[in-house]
Amino acid sequence: MEWETLIKHLKKNPWAVTSLVIILVFILTAFLAPLLSPYDPLSINLDSLKLPPSSGHLFGTDSKGRDILSRVIFGARYSLLIGFAVTFTSITFGIIVGAFAGYFRGKTDIIITMLIDLVLAFPSLLLAIGISVALPPGIMSVFLALTLVGWAPFARLIRGIVLSLRESQFVDAAKVIGCSPLRILFLHIIPNCLPITIVAASLKIGSFILSESALSFLGLGIQPPTPTWGSMVSLNRTYLLSSPWMIIFPGLAIMVTVLIFNILGDFLRDYLDPHLRI
Amino acid sequence: MAIYLVRRILILILTLLGITFVTFLLIKSLPGNPVEGLIGERAEQATVERIRRELGADQPLLLQYRGYLKLVFTGNLGTSYYTNRKVLDDLKAKCLHTFELAFAAMLFASLTGILLGTLMAVTRGSIIDRIGLLISAGGISLPVFWLGLTLMLIFSFLIPLLPPSGMGEGELIYLILPASTLGINSAAYIVRITRSSLLEVLSQPYITTARSKGLTKTKVILKHALKNALLPIITLIGLDFGSYLNGSVLTETIFGWDGVGRYAVEGIMRRDYPVVMGTVLTGAAFFVFINFFVDLIYLYLDPRIRVRD
Repeated sequence: MEWETLIKHLKKNPWAVTSLVIILVFILTAFLAPLLSPYDPLSINLDSLKLPPSSGHLFGTDSKGRDILSRVIFGARYSLLIGFAVTFTSITFGIIVGAFAGYFRGKTDIIITMLIDLVLAFPSLLLAIGISVALPPGIMSVFLALTLVGWAPFARLIRGIVLSLRESQFVDAAKVIGCSPLRILFLHIIPNCLPITIVAASLKIGSFILSESALSFLGLGIQPPTPTWGSMVSLNRTYLLSSPWMIIFPGLAIMVTVLIFNILGDFLRDYLDPHLRI
Repeated sequence: MAIYLVRRILILILTLLGITFVTFLLIKSLPGNPVEGLIGERAEQATVERIRRELGADQPLLLQYRGYLKLVFTGNLGTSYYTNRKVLDDLKAKCLHTFELAFAAMLFASLTGILLGTLMAVTRGSIIDRIGLLISAGGISLPVFWLGLTLMLIFSFLIPLLPPSGMGEGELIYLILPASTLGINSAAYIVRITRSSLLEVLSQPYITTARSKGLTKTKVILKHALKNALLPIITLIGLDFGSYLNGSVLTETIFGWDGVGRYAVEGIMRRDYPVVMGTVLTGAAFFVFINFFVDLIYLYLDPRIRVRD
């Protein structure tokens, strides 16, 4: 991965550059939410109920008079936080578990593969629903539910790659000079999986954000009055006809966020590993 | 091939056992005391103890699991806390509705997906191709529940063409909005895979041969290319059935479709745990069976697998 070629590729791909910029803006917005949002996202204001978008409230207000723009800005915090945290944890876990299975083979492999297959046997959202119903609702429950479901595809991917990597010459060489298996695994094999992992991560983060919004929509995520994009769509559903802006803006926020992550993921895949099909 | 089949059936059975174990563990970790949930908090201590024994809650975990398995395989998924009806009976009544919806969604997704994907592959690099790529990227990124509400706003309220929700008397017009909502994610994936798979096939030498022996472009694409590009597409369509089960939870809630998905959501809202867990288990079991059948279709379509053993 040389920087020069990366920049050359980026220049040829304006979509990827745009989405990278938007992602950075979104992350910054999430960090600076208290400074950037024009109103308090939680303060109920009976004088400004259900106002359509205007210069005072760019995205309008909801049925309790709260400013939708402010709530969307604060919602970005939770969506991005969950998206990044789930991706990071499930990838880390997936790499370690998948690499152990692929490198040590034998019984370790059989047990881990069975676990992976078991998780993948469930429709993902259904399993996440089952897990989050069993846990007290809140940010931890969403995080755990999505991670427990999300590690399996990563583990399967890494296992496959490690299976072929362990036969390569550099592994033989490392063995000959007396490296311990764990050293070979963590210092030689896993670093070689990283490009593919980055691609997989960037392609998956969008779907984690979508799942988070779905769980929030179902009332299984972070609980109101804390604003999340999914719960904003869900709670304002009754006002679809009379005040559609309450639903349109949080939904657009989800879509744009997921879209830019997907575009960036596609770009990274084409750049790092054109043959990969995820 | 026989070996492959036997192995595949063994895996099927193991997986089914596995998913029952997972749902069993989930049920065990549910908040609140299941006995209290069953008979109310004010019951006498002696009654609580008796029911605990009957439920086998005082036995070791594996024995309890055996009890749970027995219940599941005799078709007992528990009764709803709320309506007191058997969960299995409810599921039976509703699963046909979900299948109807899922089937319509799959039809919509396959038709639009393969059509648009083929069109894009044939006109690679053109305006159609680029717009198609953008649409498919958007389709993958859409939250289903939001799309459903937006479509409802446009096609039922602003332009009152279609009924906003419910199932009517089973008229097809009620299917249009929910089916296209449910199918859109899948359609977007099918567009992508059709395009890439067809592009790959179109670069093969036998396509050039077919063209040079004088066949028209349309004929080559329909008879030679598409047929060979179909395998990954069919795999995707089959594997994506899980996403229909996922999506039906959201779509059915929005459109008031009386299926399994809405049933599960009602269970979630009322903390009606037997309903939720029963649906999770049944949904997963269906998913496992569907994957099994996709594998069988694969076996039929791809002779290479048949020969390998």
